[in-house]
Amino acid sequence: MRAVIHLGAAAVLASVLAAAVPARAETIQVVIEKLVFSPAEISAHVGDTIEWVNKDPLAHTATVKGGWEVMIPARKTVSQKLETAEAVDFYCRFHPNMTGRLKVEAR
Amino acid sequence: MPARSLAALAALCLIGSSTFAMAQDKPTDPQIAHIAYTAGTIDIEAAKLAVQKSKTQAVVDFANDMIRDHEAVNQQALDLVKKLDVTPQDNATSQSLSKAAADERAKLSTLDGAAFDKAYVDNEVAYHKQVNGALEGLLIPSAQNAELKSLLETGLKLFQGHQAHAEHVVAELK
Repeated sequence: MRAVIHLGAAAVLASVLAAAVPARAETIQVVIEKLVFSPAEISAHVGDTIEWVNKDPLAHTATVKGGWEVMIPARKTVSQKLETAEAVDFYCRFHPNMTGRLKVEAR
Repeated sequence: MPARSLAALAALCLIGSSTFAMAQDKPTDPQIAHIAYTAGTIDIEAAKLAVQKSKTQAVVDFANDMIRDHEAVNQQALDLVKKLDVTPQDNATSQSLSKAAADERAKLSTLDGAAFDKAYVDNEVAYHKQVNGALEGLLIPSAQNAELKSLLETGLKLFQGHQAHAEHVVAELK
């Protein structure tokens, strides 16, 4: 009986520790080349960083209608830290046929 | 005049409406660079005229997009020919493009208001369609240098977007 209680306490302790020490934040690269985002479907967690790598000779944006926008100058890399859990469609405001989807989950 | 150019010119005369009539006569990289740059410059000049003349926001916005994108691609083309130490070579297709563009500009400059908007945007649809067809069917397959080919592919993707945008403005003007 006592052993079972100890086991239960250990499990609780383990889950508390897991919550207190989050898994390492990741950096996710999204490459823009020839007017295409790849990957176009991005899955991430709050705290992760997206690196938008623009290989085109043109400026692009990653824009969420009614939301945020990241400007990505020609042949530059721009980092964006993900602060909010959300699932959004984004596109390039200059070249609206460039589209993608970002899903940010709570960690 | 070399036989190649003569053949190209003859093909141009025969087909008449098609400016890119070199299908039987593959252009060289220096010629492709010249054609691409010329095609870009033509669209920039037309756009500058539209920014100056049009009072319609959708048309002016479209024209400004054309200036921004075609200038970026042309700058890239200039950087590339410099890097490759290639001199763009004038050719029958470039000349024919320039001639057609001069005629179109002369026509546009006589128009105002809604008539100008319609003529400009209609021509942008037709022009991008023509350029995209040439990129896809002739210029990209003919390009030998990988970087030139890649730039043309980027251009094609970009100009397909321009064509869609122009078609959208045409619909909006109706």
